[in-house]
Amino acid sequence: MKYQSQAVAKPYFIAAIGLFVGQILFGLVMGLQYVMGDFLFPEIPFNVARMVHTNLLIVWLLFGFMGAAYFLVPEETEHELHSPLLAKVLFWVFLVAGALTVLGYLLVPYARLAELTMNDLLPTMGREFLEQPTITKIGIVVVALGFLYNIGVTILAGRKTVVSMVLLTGLVGLAVMFLFSFYNPINVVDDKFYWWWVVHLWVEGVWELILASILAFVLIKVTGVDREVIEKWMYVIIAMALISGIIGTGHHYYWIGAPEYWQWWGSIFSALEPIPFFMMTVFAFNMVNRRRREHPNKAAVLWALGTAVMAFLGAGVWGFLHTLAPVNYYTHGSQITAAHGHMAFYGAYVMIVLTIISYAMPILRGQEAADPRAQVLEMWSFWLMTVSMVFITLFLTGAGVLQVWLQRFTDNPQPFMVVQEKIEVFYWLREAAGLVFLLGLILYVAAFFVKGGERVMASNAVADTA
Amino acid sequence: MSEVFTKSMARNIYYGGSVFFILLFLALTFDTSSEVPKRDNHEAITEQVALGKKVWEENDCIGCHTLLGEGAYFAPELGNVYKRFGNSTDAIVGFIKSRPVEGIPGRRSMPQFNLSDEELQAVAEFLKYTSEIDTSNWPPNIQG
Ligand code: HEM
Ligand code: HEM
Ligand SMILES: [Fe+2]
Repeated sequence: MKYQSQAVAKPYFIAAIGLFVGQILFGLVMGLQYVMGDFLFPEIPFNVARMVHTNLLIVWLLFGFMGAAYFLVPEETEHELHSPLLAKVLFWVFLVAGALTVLGYLLVPYARLAELTMNDLLPTMGREFLEQPTITKIGIVVVALGFLYNIGVTILAGRKTVVSMVLLTGLVGLAVMFLFSFYNPINVVDDKFYWWWVVHLWVEGVWELILASILAFVLIKVTGVDREVIEKWMYVIIAMALISGIIGTGHHYYWIGAPEYWQWWGSIFSALEPIPFFMMTVFAFNMVNRRRREHPNKAAVLWALGTAVMAFLGAGVWGFLHTLAPVNYYTHGSQITAAHGHMAFYGAYVMIVLTIISYAMPILRGQEAADPRAQVLEMWSFWLMTVSMVFITLFLTGAGVLQVWLQRFTDNPQPFMVVQEKIEVFYWLREAAGLVFLLGLILYVAAFFVKGGERVMASNAVADTA
Repeated sequence: MSEVFTKSMARNIYYGGSVFFILLFLALTFDTSSEVPKRDNHEAITEQVALGKKVWEENDCIGCHTLLGEGAYFAPELGNVYKRFGNSTDAIVGFIKSRPVEGIPGRRSMPQFNLSDEELQAVAEFLKYTSEIDTSNWPPNIQG
């Protein structure tokens, strides 16, 4: 560790992993409820499990992004973090707020939670991914402001690299777009229109800046390729991401009551969205092939390459599959959507957070890289999780194709619940793949506890390559 | 990438492209806001519909169902349920009201939310309102 204050990243990473485990357990609960409808009913209804699953996902990714920023910004700016104390305080605020919110979901009926948290004063609850009580949302904004202040002041005081500036832009964008979660008009068309300003403009907009900058940082470190080259690539990638992704929002405006011209704008621009993801893949492999050093952390290199490939598959390929309006007319809101949502979130954002954790965690623990035995275990977990996610996606795609066919496309469309029973086998297979994913995750956690010959890092060897 | 294409060119594309497309997006949004009232069935938004949306949100119906194709995929689409139930708010009320507290053995079932009559009517009216939004003919058929 080059800067003392980078140490604040550690609890963020640990919390991220802990919440990730929780997310997957609730995913498995839901996966079982898909095939055994009365499982845990009425104690944990499906919608409650779903809120826990998706909100834990978002919260742990945010922990991961913040940890990444706290680790990377001091090193990039060559300057200690403005206030490590503030970072520690915000960590606990965020963790406690998150835990209370999840407990609220699980322990009281949602309507009661709305009442207890005075949703009436400023109703923002009960929309997908934005289920948090308004008070939690305000808490998120407060934490984000404190975090951005801390990171921002550090960057202003130190060296301004492209990596840290792009990361900061992405993080500011994340916070700004989240403000639209407070806008909840009665008019359903308006509500949906601006809801996507949070959801789409996050994952297909500002989060891509965060993704690109973390990936660039890790590639600079592990390959030793000239920063100038990496930064040029990064600019082109994020330029394409925003050029395609902003108007690409239109792929959500086809069937919600917005004007029909969005079918053209949305189809054309979102069809370009795979480009930046494809470039990311080419970029990552190129840099690793041109590497000037053999970094001992093989696992981190694997995660970095894996991110690029899986993000392209999940977001680029599976996104393109259903993004053109004439296709989306049939696939909208089906298991195809769920298939894409899983691989895209995993490939892009789960994997980039696991990449930075893989790179940073050994350093935070005083080693340049984890013990080779620990790395082997970590790489096993990489393959188990990644391959099982591919299968989850394939099974959901199978379910989705049949669902679309039986319920929407044939001359004799059948009711939703009838179709669900017919495609049950795919849901069983998805659940089985989910169990393999959990196994991978357990190995992932176990890899942190593998004891081996401590290899203390040669003081500044890592940092000097930058 | 070759030396002809420099980092500062890449940076300019990033800044220029972003600003241009943000402005274009805002312009389209502005136009949308004047076009939407022709399609959004806002005439139907009453106090009762507003209460219905609140009931919809405060029971997290979206956590199982889709509404105009967005939400969860565990239970049927509800944007058009008013039409599927024979253009009847009474049928919707009757369905929500009669959900068994302990569920249906072995099957997916909807929780019993213990809504008041006023809330039941309101949420049914809310679903009637959404069914009359002009969605460019989506869903493809009545099954949603
Ligand atoms: C990493 C980036 C991405 C992530 C994390 C992501 C995630 C998601 C998620 C979770 C949904 C479901 C939203 C809901 O619940 O309603 C969704 C929907 C959608 N995504 Fe993506 N996505 C990404 C990139 C893309 C790209 C690049 C494309 C197009 C090429 C795309 C096309 C779509 C479309 C068309 C839908 C709507 C599906 C429907 O109509 O039901 N996505 N995405
Ligand atoms: C490994 C076991 C997993 C299982 C069994 C599982 C299961 C599920 C289920 C049943 C749903 C609800 C679908 C519906 O609304 O009907 C869901 C939603 C979701 N899950 Fe998972 N999940 C798993 C892992 C993950 C992982 C690793 C991620 C993140 C990368 C993830 C991200 C999501 C997202 C974003 C949604 C919302 C999708 C949408 O709205 O389209 N899940 N999951
Ligand atoms: Fe999108």
